[in-house]
Amino acid sequence: MDLIIEGFIKAFQLLFTLDAEVLGITALSLKISGSATLVSLFIGISTGTIVALNEFPGKRLVISLINTGMGLPPVVVGLLVTIFLWRNGPLGYFEILYTPTAIIIAQTVIATPIITGISLAAMQNLPANLRLQILALGASRLQMVWILIKEARLPLLAAVMAGFGGVISEVGASIMVGGNIKGYTRVLTTATVMETGKGNFDIAIALSVILLLLAFMINAVLTHVQQRQRPR
Amino acid sequence: MKTFILEGKGLIVKRGGVGVLDIPTFSLTQGARLALIGPNGAGKSTLLLTLAGLIKPAAGTISYQGQSLSDLFGYRRRIACVFQEPLLFDTTVHANIATGLKLRHSKANGIDRQVKLYAERFGILHLLQRSARKISGGEAQRTSLARAFALEPEIVFLDEPFASLDPPTREGLLEDLHRILNETSATAVLSTHDQEEALRLADEMAVMNAGRIVQTGRPEEIMNHPADEFVAGFVGTETVIPGTVTAARQGSLSVDIGCREIEAVGQATLGEKVLLCIRPENVTLATDDGHATSARNVFPATVAHIIPRGFYYKVELDAGCPLTAYVTRQSVEGLGLREGLTVIAAFKATAVHVIKSP
Repeated sequence: MDLIIEGFIKAFQLLFTLDAEVLGITALSLKISGSATLVSLFIGISTGTIVALNEFPGKRLVISLINTGMGLPPVVVGLLVTIFLWRNGPLGYFEILYTPTAIIIAQTVIATPIITGISLAAMQNLPANLRLQILALGASRLQMVWILIKEARLPLLAAVMAGFGGVISEVGASIMVGGNIKGYTRVLTTATVMETGKGNFDIAIALSVILLLLAFMINAVLTHVQQRQRPR
Repeated sequence: MKTFILEGKGLIVKRGGVGVLDIPTFSLTQGARLALIGPNGAGKSTLLLTLAGLIKPAAGTISYQGQSLSDLFGYRRRIACVFQEPLLFDTTVHANIATGLKLRHSKANGIDRQVKLYAERFGILHLLQRSARKISGGEAQRTSLARAFALEPEIVFLDEPFASLDPPTREGLLEDLHRILNETSATAVLSTHDQEEALRLADEMAVMNAGRIVQTGRPEEIMNHPADEFVAGFVGTETVIPGTVTAARQGSLSVDIGCREIEAVGQATLGEKVLLCIRPENVTLATDDGHATSARNVFPATVAHIIPRGFYYKVELDAGCPLTAYVTRQSVEGLGLREGLTVIAAFKATAVHVIKSP
């Protein structure tokens, strides 16, 4: 019991004294997961919209694949990205394994299907005639897509939350492709794993609290935006 | 010579490989108000959306002002479309009405003027700053109509615009749309399954069934002379007579139909053009003019045709205008009805349904 109480006391000391290492890890986590979410948003919303708005043979199969991808295990992604970036691998030439870029790539692979799947569902849930109505108002195809995205913005915000939530809390892929290098690729989750392994529960608790707070704050902001815009 | 704003040839639309529309020829006169009327699944909406350039036909051509439609995008910027659902965007009423104008990159002050003008015409000026998600169904449909009319389109396509409104809301909107269509010179195509809507808004009618147009003509022509049993069954069997109101006081109307005056009950103003609808079961026939009656409309007519209809007979009369009566076998035998006989036709003023004509 003492272990836990002491752990919490030490954790809050680390938090309130703004420990440089803890701050650095937090900033890096935000940067990596934020970048991965942004890239995934771009790919995911485009892909989701294209699949939703077009009829083509094999559409159902594509949707099934996207939905399967939403539950892609991070360690599998970590393994695949490692193989690709390995010195002798297909993309080894770039020499980016064990760099923040490698983690961004792995997290993008994890978040993209999540954001694609939710965007796809959001677009398919819009009224069937809405596209025709927008075209009949004189919109070009690009203008139509833009209006549709604006109309689906509430579920698309949910996609952002789900995507970011998925990658900020992910550890398997980050540790495999990033290597948990201190001050370089060490993020909140990988640091927590390491500190727990070493028995440094105080630091591990501090990092976990930050992780929880971050996830909570970002979701609170997005939820606020979403609820404020929700029609009543 | 009539100029056609829109023409279609050999239009075929397929859905899932099955033909849902087959229109060998179609033409729309400049300035016409055409109602596509028919039961659900007749292909009204499909034809309307095909003409609006929103559904690509599997075969056939559409020409706009004599030119084959090649630039669909340019064509869509000259028309407007209103659907059964209002399909408003999740923003203010003002921004909704402004959407089409913004897409055309109109100037901001011009947009604002146009939005206010059409919001006022549709009676929603007070709602402009409200969220489109917080207004009633009727207000939403008014917004949708204002959004279409604000573009001042050359052709406006209305796809069952009143189908999801409750009767009082629908009544008010029908009245306003009727007025605005008269104020603007837009050509209009309306799809509806409601013959009264068609009679009130349209001056041309096309009856559709199973993906084909089965009869076209002026509304009263179609209703008085349905081409076949389907049309008769669908448009109803009322006699429809156009006329002009010559006297109106306290809901009691006198309407000049050319050959005589008809007394009716309803709301209309002096000099207004109206359509009178009379159900055949409300018309009584007599062979002598002997006795007093409460019926306000009594006049001689010649029996043109007697058609057996199972349990009753359909008697088509010529009273200067066409009129139809349903009578029983006993009445036909009792009165000795035969073609060419002159009879006295009578119906009550309250049996006349008065519709303001477009």
